[in-house]
Amino acid sequence: MLKDITLGQFFPGNTLAHRLDPRTKLMVTVLYIVALFCAKSFVSYGVMALWLVTAVQVSKVGYKALVKGLKPVWFIIVFTAVLNLIYIKGTPLVTIWKFTIYREAVETAVFMILRIAMLIMGTFLLTYTTSPIRLTDGLETLLSPLKKLHAPVHELAMMMAIALRFIPTLIEETDKIMSAQKARGADFESGGLLQRAKALIPILVPLFISAFRRADELATAMECRCYSGGEGRTKLHVLRFAAKDYLVLALAAVLTAAVIVLGRMGL
Amino acid sequence: MEPIMRVENLSHVYSAGTPFQKGAVRNVSFDIMRGELLGVIGHTGSGKSTLIQHLNGLLKPSEGHIYLAGKDIWENPKEIRNVRFRVGLVFQYPEYQLFEETVRADVAFGPKNMGLSGEELEQRVRHAMEDVGLDASYLDKSPFELSGGEKRRVAIAGVLAMHPEVLILDEPTAGLDPEGRENLLRCLKSYQQKRKSTVLMVSHSMSEIARFSDRILVMKDARVLMCGTPEEVFSRTEELETAGLNTPKAARIALALRKRGVELPESIFTMEALVNALAAKKGGGGVC
Repeated sequence: MLKDITLGQFFPGNTLAHRLDPRTKLMVTVLYIVALFCAKSFVSYGVMALWLVTAVQVSKVGYKALVKGLKPVWFIIVFTAVLNLIYIKGTPLVTIWKFTIYREAVETAVFMILRIAMLIMGTFLLTYTTSPIRLTDGLETLLSPLKKLHAPVHELAMMMAIALRFIPTLIEETDKIMSAQKARGADFESGGLLQRAKALIPILVPLFISAFRRADELATAMECRCYSGGEGRTKLHVLRFAAKDYLVLALAAVLTAAVIVLGRMGL
Repeated sequence: MEPIMRVENLSHVYSAGTPFQKGAVRNVSFDIMRGELLGVIGHTGSGKSTLIQHLNGLLKPSEGHIYLAGKDIWENPKEIRNVRFRVGLVFQYPEYQLFEETVRADVAFGPKNMGLSGEELEQRVRHAMEDVGLDASYLDKSPFELSGGEKRRVAIAGVLAMHPEVLILDEPTAGLDPEGRENLLRCLKSYQQKRKSTVLMVSHSMSEIARFSDRILVMKDARVLMCGTPEEVFSRTEELETAGLNTPKAARIALALRKRGVELPESIFTMEALVNALAAKKGGGGVC
């Protein structure tokens, strides 16, 4: 049950989208988000949709997985759309009971839905095609100029990598503890909100203890191998830009520029 | 002896309908007799842990039935919590589930969930602590200041305090030193005999199983390979070895001696029995 949670899950594969340098993918994603927020109307949204569809086709991730990723946020999407429908005024379209729906409101609502859905699908595509290790690697390299400002970039990347690594372990642990407490008659399914919150104590206490124990053991193991932070540390897999990376980046830059121009023109 | 639990054609499939589909238990049938200590042995991944989680209803069988005192435990799914009180399950490394501030409160967690309180609750906690060989001075300590072996005993006491009709333990001695193992096993055996309780114990160690079990269930590749008294099981030494399970040392020595022409009965599987048999042969009759 707990194992079914998807948390930026990685689908292994060997498509162009998988082989791209993680830095390229990160930068393209940032450009994509910028462009998405500059899109104003049908034409520019069309360009964005084309961009997303192409990326999905190339990655072979499949639309089913992407739409599944929308599940936790569809409430927010609907909520935003409804608010927009009610509050935006302009040319009246229809009147239902006391509410008048305006043409502009419908347009904005549709664009809002598209924007949030495409934003999430685009970023999910990044995590679907990039393993967490490569993602943190790329992030660390991209942010490395900040080291000049004494920002602990390597440490942050290491923390992120460790956190991602331990998510499945802790989920498994939670499952085990839950079963053990259920075997002693713990009841997680009935009772009011307060009672249910209280029922979580027998899970949370052992879970915290084991998380701290694991952290302690990991720290000792890292020290035993003389880990001392990012200073002078080399990488097993050094990231290198290839021709395809420059090509994809250039394409993304052109698309972003095009969408910004189109947006300015009100299209 | 009558069976207290009966497992009938039990199968369990993980991740049914996906490419990861895997049968963890396949068509398993056996009985647990009232008052016996049944040892379950098998390789890692032979389905032991999946099997025992079915016995108290933590997992629901994909196929087959489990009967407790003649009644299917899934007859009324809403009553499954009661089954968990009647069939106590101690997981592997149970010390990791301790969570209360005092040992007393932690041991009382199970019986409290059953709705007990007051004097009865206190009595049960004290008795359970006695059963695992810890005295009353532990009751007010924090479970987190105890040693590993003591924590394990407290965790087991937490299940014993529910007075289960059947007690199931998944590798109760894993990770303990030889002395801790010995003590714990003696406690469990005396608990079984004193309280006339039924115990099912999963273990990796053939010697442990051989010494303490009344009957043995051998699992291999999600199926039951054999089930019977230690004499019956260990007389099939060669079969066990081809299944990749090591037999108790004494049984192996006896087999090697038999092969060299020493006449020994097939039912030898403890060091004690072997020494006695050899001494008898020598004619001296002395027991060390």
